[in-house]
Amino acid sequence: MQLSVKHLLGIRDLTHQDIQLILDTATEFKEVLQRPIKKVPSLRDVTIVNLFYENSTRTRISFELAEKRLSADTINFTASGSSVSKGETLLDTVNNILSMKVDMVVMRHSASGAPHFLAKHIPAAIINAGDGINEHPTQGLLDAFSMRERLGKLEGLKVAIIGDIMHSRVAMSNIYLLKKMGAEIMVAGPPTLIPKYIQEAFDVRVEYNLRKALEWCDVANVLRIQLERQNQVLFSSLREYSLAYGINKQLLDSLNKEVVIMHPGPINRGVELDSDAADSKQSIILNQVENGVAVRMAALYLLSGGRGSMN
Amino acid sequence: MKTVLNEQQLAITIKRLGHQILENHVNLENTVLIGIQPRGIFVSDQIVQEIRQLVPPVLVKYGKLDITFYRDDVRTSLHAPNHTDIPFSIENKNVVIIDDVLWTGRTIRAALDALLDFGRPAKVELCILIDRRFSRQLPIQADYVGKSIDSIISQKVKVFWKERDGKEEVVLM
Repeated sequence: MQLSVKHLLGIRDLTHQDIQLILDTATEFKEVLQRPIKKVPSLRDVTIVNLFYENSTRTRISFELAEKRLSADTINFTASGSSVSKGETLLDTVNNILSMKVDMVVMRHSASGAPHFLAKHIPAAIINAGDGINEHPTQGLLDAFSMRERLGKLEGLKVAIIGDIMHSRVAMSNIYLLKKMGAEIMVAGPPTLIPKYIQEAFDVRVEYNLRKALEWCDVANVLRIQLERQNQVLFSSLREYSLAYGINKQLLDSLNKEVVIMHPGPINRGVELDSDAADSKQSIILNQVENGVAVRMAALYLLSGGRGSMN
Repeated sequence: MKTVLNEQQLAITIKRLGHQILENHVNLENTVLIGIQPRGIFVSDQIVQEIRQLVPPVLVKYGKLDITFYRDDVRTSLHAPNHTDIPFSIENKNVVIIDDVLWTGRTIRAALDALLDFGRPAKVELCILIDRRFSRQLPIQADYVGKSIDSIISQKVKVFWKERDGKEEVVLM
């Protein structure tokens, strides 16, 4: 019983069995998190550095909590306020940290492929916590875990990913993962935010009409409009985006079925998702956050294996 | 391959273990039974079934405990976890841990650690179907023993269950 990979760089590299193993292990960790003492000694001798070159609230807290629940020692590193501003390279920074005997690296970086580069040069196990517009594997896994928990299965599930597909690493990880687990995928949003050849490349449906997308799907994974990654104007205004692609309760109620609403956070309330929809019973956004800790515990636990005996 | 317990002997042994536990815990109100995942569950299921025939079934509190995250060999090999289900508090309760084979004692050591994360029991006892004497690596002994056997380290004790293996038998290989 072991993952086929040494690092968790992306869902792209995982097999169907890997994903199954992570999700099943996460189910047991979720039970651990309900106990009076929510902590197990599995990673008692492991030191993990959380290397965040880009802002994060949920992911960083979630990883840190997951590490602590597994009894690992953790160090937090954020690029702002560090020697990165003095011009130290990524590899130098990481090698310096590793020389202090660190076993695993959790890394977020604004450059796509940064963790892949690191994996080639350092011996520690690396978990990608989001790299540029490439992948965010633990988010993909926790999304899948939450879907499976709510609807019982992934196979045959109809999932619509709605919004800014072009700049979204969450979308990429979701597409890779759901495809491998046999779900049907649709991407929906304005044509300017959907990559041109995505239909051919990933064999997904493309829909430009929000209502049609919602009528088709069981689950709507609504993405955040990433204002920080929009260096060109791809839609005329947030107000117009919201009018065409914003989801509200009224729209959801007018459908003939109950669509499960997901969002990786942070929500731009009133843009892609209105408050009445985000806080409704159909929304599992807070369950996603809760499940995130269990899924990250599973990933850390499974990647820590076979570290060799004490001598 | 040598038969340690045949189907009939196994049934009688299970019945006796059920009675012995009940004898020591006449008032089941403060007692909980906990099977160790994955293989101890086959024994504990049957012992619990036995006890439930002797007393009102609602009195018997029964849970399942997985010890994967508490193993002491996690550095060298990784194991997939099984399901833990303890739907009651064990605080101040008498806990009877049930497993199939007591060998090195390491599983029970892990189980004791795991158990303490659910609360502080008043007392913990151990019920074992097969006790492999003289092979302990930790100072752990059982309170209820189905059968004690002498074996050497290279031998294996295998327990077959009807639901899983189609036959019911304990053998020494």
